[in-house]
Parts: sequence; structure tokens; C-alpha cells
Amino acid sequence: MAVFVNGVIFDGVDTAAADAWRLDAYVARGGYQALRKILDSKLPQEDVIAEVKNSGLRGRGGAGFPTGLKWSFMPRSFPGDKYVVCNTDEGEPGTFKDRDILRFNPHALIEGMIIAGYAMGTKAGYNYIHGEVFAEYQRFEEALEEARKAGFLGQHILGTDFSFELYAHHGYGAYICGEETALLESLEGKKGQPRFKPPFPASFGLYGKPTTINNTESFASVPFIIRDGAQKFLEAGKPNNGGTKLFSVSGHVNRPGNYEIPLGTPFSTLLEMAGGMRDGKKLKAVIPGGSSAPILPAEIMMSCTMDYDSISKAGSMLGSGAVIVMNEDVCMIKALERLAYFYHEESCGQCTPCREGTGWLYRVIHRIANGEGRPGDLELLDSVGNNMAGRTICALADAAVFPVRSFTKHFRHEFEYAIEHGKTLVDHKWC
Amino acid sequence: MLSAQSLALIDREVAKYPADQKRSAVMGALRIALEERRSTGETPEARCLNQEVIEFVANYLEIPPVAAYEVATFYNMYDMKPVGKYKITVCTNLPCALSGGVNAAEYISGKLGIAIGETSTDGMYTLLEGECMGACGDAPVLLVNNHSMCSFMTPEAIDKKLAELK
Ligand SMILES: Cc1cc2nc3c(=O)[nH]c(=O)nc-3n(C[C@H](O)[C@H](O)[C@H](O)COP(=O)(O)O)c2cc1C
Ligand code: SF4
Ligand code: FES
Repeated sequence: MAVFVNGVIFDGVDTAAADAWRLDAYVARGGYQALRKILDSKLPQEDVIAEVKNSGLRGRGGAGFPTGLKWSFMPRSFPGDKYVVCNTDEGEPGTFKDRDILRFNPHALIEGMIIAGYAMGTKAGYNYIHGEVFAEYQRFEEALEEARKAGFLGQHILGTDFSFELYAHHGYGAYICGEETALLESLEGKKGQPRFKPPFPASFGLYGKPTTINNTESFASVPFIIRDGAQKFLEAGKPNNGGTKLFSVSGHVNRPGNYEIPLGTPFSTLLEMAGGMRDGKKLKAVIPGGSSAPILPAEIMMSCTMDYDSISKAGSMLGSGAVIVMNEDVCMIKALERLAYFYHEESCGQCTPCREGTGWLYRVIHRIANGEGRPGDLELLDSVGNNMAGRTICALADAAVFPVRSFTKHFRHEFEYAIEHGKTLVDHKWC
Repeated sequence: MLSAQSLALIDREVAKYPADQKRSAVMGALRIALEERRSTGETPEARCLNQEVIEFVANYLEIPPVAAYEVATFYNMYDMKPVGKYKITVCTNLPCALSGGVNAAEYISGKLGIAIGETSTDGMYTLLEGECMGACGDAPVLLVNNHSMCSFMTPEAIDKKLAELK
């Protein structure tokens, strides 16, 4: 289900209409005006980047890095090949917003990428799409074709001397390809194993050429920023947290779905929008930014607003904006076991601490969940985690450790009880 | 080895990348090869990728066979083992589990009489557990043969779907 309240990307999109995603509908909503504005006025590249900087847009893929600043790192005047790459490898458990962008408003992404190409002097781009969403991949390819036919994409866009080609690349089932350098390896037709950084993609990216990678939602926000101005975008959110943001709400709520709301909206309001708790149960805990973000107990969460700064002050991360809601019937050990299994399964295996560590974390949590925990297991989890975090090529190892640390911190008594009594404290029900 | 239609689709993939970067098309080419085998194979063994077809794809793209083989084994969705006519992958990751993902997998397992990871003896169904498909708001979700996503799979919806998959 998709529920859009208001916002930037889904402004005026009637998700119930079968053709809302098509070019005509997008143009009728004011689409491709930003691109026209840039080309008609021959807006200098620096000005486009400055506008994105001023908007306060922060990367929507997880790390929240300022998008305009990232764009300014690209060697714009470097004469050789350069690329812009979009990350639609949405695989962070709980996140399903980029899929809805491809489904309902793919041209916002296409226009955003064309503008990015213009601003950074690149002639080509790729959108890397998550393997499991084949229908969306096909739709995106169709949207590309529409844009080409209408002269928005390809050679001599709208009759100017600006040319930009854009293609879709379909993944085939590997969470790690969401990590930007693994994604580049995968685009090159290799195993998706992250690269050492530095060098960073801005100097050595796709095929060794300067490359900028952004999340789908980041690119799709750009047409609004250029068309309506950085100030308007900034004002939609709060200082240092510009704009609206898509939140994917899943778990024990009455109306799971995507909600595009101003950054800074109280969590309690978002919960209400999502129909409140299912079956009138009590809220126990929330993972506010995708499975890699530390979990927060209900009381802390209810005092947060949904923006980068507030969630980070509370000890977690806004991450991808995936809000996983859990009620009182959830055993925290069982919930953590599921996530630990995921990270173990998805480790690409090139760093020993991650390959071995994720296996250890899973096995120890699994035995605690099954009433076979041993005294010292919590200390063991700590020490395994300490040997992983910050000691690997990419952040997947950290992503595997954050949930373990936060679950065992906030719900320690559940773990202690299970180890001591050989059974879990909470009589667990998934739903 | 592959049909003219599949080769034309692979050529379309190749055209997306710079002329000296044909290797980039290997993921798409393997997907297309697998789709052909899935739709024409009469037995579980004939529906998955094997060494021969992987080598064929590698030669077609002018890359070393081991490079294509590495890709086929790294990504989860390429079937490297015999697979039923209908491969059903149910998402049981945490967000889905909170809205019936685990229950859906158990229900299908009971109905088909096969455990997760197994193929039915008549070669019709393979049941697998999957990781997040980026559709958690529609839980329970499952994929049929990699490309067809089914949302809100309550027991009734599952009954209906299984009746279609004959
Ligand atoms: C293990 C791992 C998985 C990731 N998965 C995704 C993903 O699915 N989508 C995404 O946009 N970024 C993902 N990222 C973050 C990307 O590496 C990168 O920071 C992001 O795409 C940059 O875009 P942004 O600046 O617009 O957010 C992941 C990072 C890691 C370490
Ligand atoms: S940290 Fe894990 S996923 Fe990342 S590169 Fe190392 S082994 Fe691979
Ligand atoms: S957890 Fe099942 S689709 Fe995301």
C-alpha cells in the first residue's frame, strides 16, 4: 500500500491512477520544467550545485551526507568519461520507498539524474535496480524510452548541445550491492564485493572513472529543488534537515506504507498516520532507520521527531527512513536472531572479522533464543562485536553489530532471563 | 544453445555499456539464459543454470568462463541447483515476519508438503525463504520464479495463487 500525505516527490501523484507514472502525467504535474529552466537559461553548473547545497538535501540512502557537497567533489572539468549512478538496490530490511518512486513517479528520478549529469558534466548514467523488483525495472525501462522519445534524454536534449544517456541495470539478489563500491563492481559485471576506500568514487568509480552515486530518493528530490527553489525545499523540513522525507512504516501498525512528511515531524504523528498500533497492542520498540539502525524503546521513540538530528541524539540513525514498529508480543531475542541471520547470510566474505563475526553473532543469539544460552554469552557478543566494528572494508560489519549492541543494551533483562532460565521471558508471537 | 530471441535480449543488454565493457552485461545475460531454461526445461535439472550454459554466455560476451561462473554463484537469484516449475520465495525477514511472513512460509510448506529448501517430488514446486525484497509494506510477500511479486499473501490469497500455479 502506498499512502502519501504530501511532500516533494509525490506531490500531486495519484497513486490509484494506472497512468500516474507516465510521461504525460508527469509533465502535467510540472515535470521536466526544472530541466527546461536549466537549459533555457544555460544555468552554470556551479549554480545548479549551489542550489542543491542550499536546499539542505541530505543523502536518502542511509548515511545522510549532503548531496550538493558530494556533487561538488566531482572533477567537473575533467575531460574524460564520468558517470552518475543511482542506487535503487533497496535491500535494507524495512525499506520500500525507492520501489514506490519507480512505480509511481519514475520520471522524477530520470529528470533528477539528467540534471545531475548536467551539473557534473557527465554524459552517461546508470540506475542499479534491486533484483527482486523486476516489474519496477521493466517500468523504469519503459519510462526511459518515453523520455528518449520526447527529447528529454539522449543526444542533444531539447535541441541543445547537452547530451546524456541513461540506462537501467538489474541486480540479482545481493544486499551488499547496496554498498556503493560493491554496486560499482556489480555494474562492471563482477561479484559485488566492496572496494577499499580511498580512492573514493569521485576520483575512481565506474570503470575507474570519476563517479557520483546517490540514492533514488536523493535524485528524485532534485527537480523540485531546481523548479521551486532551494529555499522552499529547505523550509519544508527544518534547518540542517531540509525537505520532506519518505518513511517506510512496517510492522505492527494498522496501515503500513510510505509516508512523505516534513523532516522534524513527531514520531507520534507518523504512528498516528500509519493508523496506530494494530489490534490496540502496546508499542514496545522501534527501529527508526532500517535494520542497521540501533533499536529504540517506546518511551525514547515517542519523544523523538523524525529527522537526522533528533534520531541521532536519541542514539540511533535515521538511515534509510525505514521505521519498523514492534508491539509488546515480540521477544527481542527472536527479533534480533532474524536480523543476525540476515547479516550473516549477506556478508560478502572478503574480510575475516565480518565473515566469521556475523556467523558467531548469529549462532550465539540463536542459542540464547532457543533456551540454550550460556553464562558469558552476552560478554561474548560484546567481544565479537568489538572485533568487527570499524575493522572491515565496508560498513556491513558495523551494520551487523549495531542491532546486537542496541538490543542487548535496551532489552538486556530479556537476554539475561533467557540465559538464566533456559527459556525466553516473552511468549513470542510474530503477529 | 540459446534461442535467437534470448540472444537479441542479451544484445540489448550489451548495448547499454561502453563497447569495451561487455562484461557489464553478464548479469543480464545470465538472467536471460536462466529464464529460457526455466520456461523450456521439463525437469528440475533442465531449469537451472549449468556449466555449459554459463560457458556459452561467457563466450558470447568474450569473457573468461570463470568470470561468469563467479557471478552466477555470487547472486542469490540465479538458480544453480535443480528447481521446480514454480519457485516460491517467501520473505521472512523481520519486517515481513511482523506481518505474517513466517506464517505464510509455514502455511505454504504445510500445503505443499515440503520443507523450506525442498522441491516437491513431482518437480512442480520449490519453496525457499528470502531476504528483504523491498516490499515490506505489502507483507506477507513472495516471489514466483524471481520476477513475479505477490503481495498481501494471506492464507486465502495463497490458496488462490497455488491454484493458478499448475
Ligand atoms: C551494507 C550497505 C548497504 C547499503 N544499501 C544501500 C541501499 O540499498 N540503497 C542506498 O541508496 N544506499 C545504500 N547504502 C549506502 C550507499 O553506500 C551510499 O552511501 C548511498 O547510496 C549514497 O547515496 P546518498 O548520498 O544519496 O544517500 C548501503 C551501505 C552499506 C554499507
Ligand atoms: S565488511 Fe563484510 S560485507 Fe563488507 S567487505 Fe568486508 S566481508 Fe564484505
Ligand atoms: S522484509 Fe520482507 S520485503 Fe522487506
